Amino acid sequence: MSLWDYANPVKFMRLSGRLLPVASILAGISLAVGLVWGFFFTPDAENFGSTVKVIYVHVPAAMMAINIWVMMLVASLIWLVRRHHVSALAAKAAAPIGAVMTLIALITGAIWGQPMWGTWWAWDPRLTSFLILFLFYLGYMALWPAIENTETAADLTSVLCLVGSVFAVLSRYAVNFWNQGLHQGATLSLDRQQHIANVYWVPLLVCIAGFVLLFVALVLLRTRTEIRLRRLRALEQRERLA
Amino acid sequence: MMPDLGRYTMTVLSAWGATLVLLAVLVGVSLWQAARAKRALGAQEERMRKDG
Repeated sequence: MSLWDYANPVKFMRLSGRLLPVASILAGISLAVGLVWGFFFTPDAENFGSTVKVIYVHVPAAMMAINIWVMMLVASLIWLVRRHHVSALAAKAAAPIGAVMTLIALITGAIWGQPMWGTWWAWDPRLTSFLILFLFYLGYMALWPAIENTETAADLTSVLCLVGSVFAVLSRYAVNFWNQGLHQGATLSLDRQQHIANVYWVPLLVCIAGFVLLFVALVLLRTRTEIRLRRLRALEQRERLA
Repeated sequence: MMPDLGRYTMTVLSAWGATLVLLAVLVGVSLWQAARAKRALGAQEERMRKDG
């Protein structure tokens, strides 16, 4: 069986119906463990005090904000190239999740920035590219219902997704491109020398796993909703024509 | 049980509070929309079955 078989809505509904409870349970467990561990059982940092605990919500949300847009990009490209409806609906389903993750990253960053940098906001490359990414999420979500023909809506939102990908990449690498601004470099790195201490790193990894699993559960749930709504519209149309 | 957050108590609690509220709203709205779509589709299919 090929991966493309799951572009069939019936097969997708069957598979996602089995995966959804598993992803939901795993997300609940990993989020509970990671967040409780991070909040209650990690020490204050020498330079940041207890504000270090903000990384357990800020870093996973910021990572998801970028990665969800990348997932939407892949789904949009599949739609543009192969015209599989499920992929367009999956991109549509993922957008509100990405918007919330971006908003969490922006809000928690501002709250953390106030005592650490002395300001809620600065037009720093990473902060600005994140704000633009958030606006792209809002634009993407607004474009879907603005176009009556669903195929045209899927085409245009896919093109918007391609354009917005520039800012998703900028959000990730802005700190490296412009060696200026307030925001520090990546919290997680493959280079072990640059890693934060294990006492913070391990619960952070659990939190990231929790956020990823929460996204998987939510995107499955929301894609199933979109497929049902699409079928509902088709049945209503058939009824009107009969 | 509550860790001592010192002078950053408001910073940490408001960041975590905002996150948990936004995640709860996202999950709640997604579940509500899913239940509503499932119910509406079920009702439509039932009506069309009855009408033949």
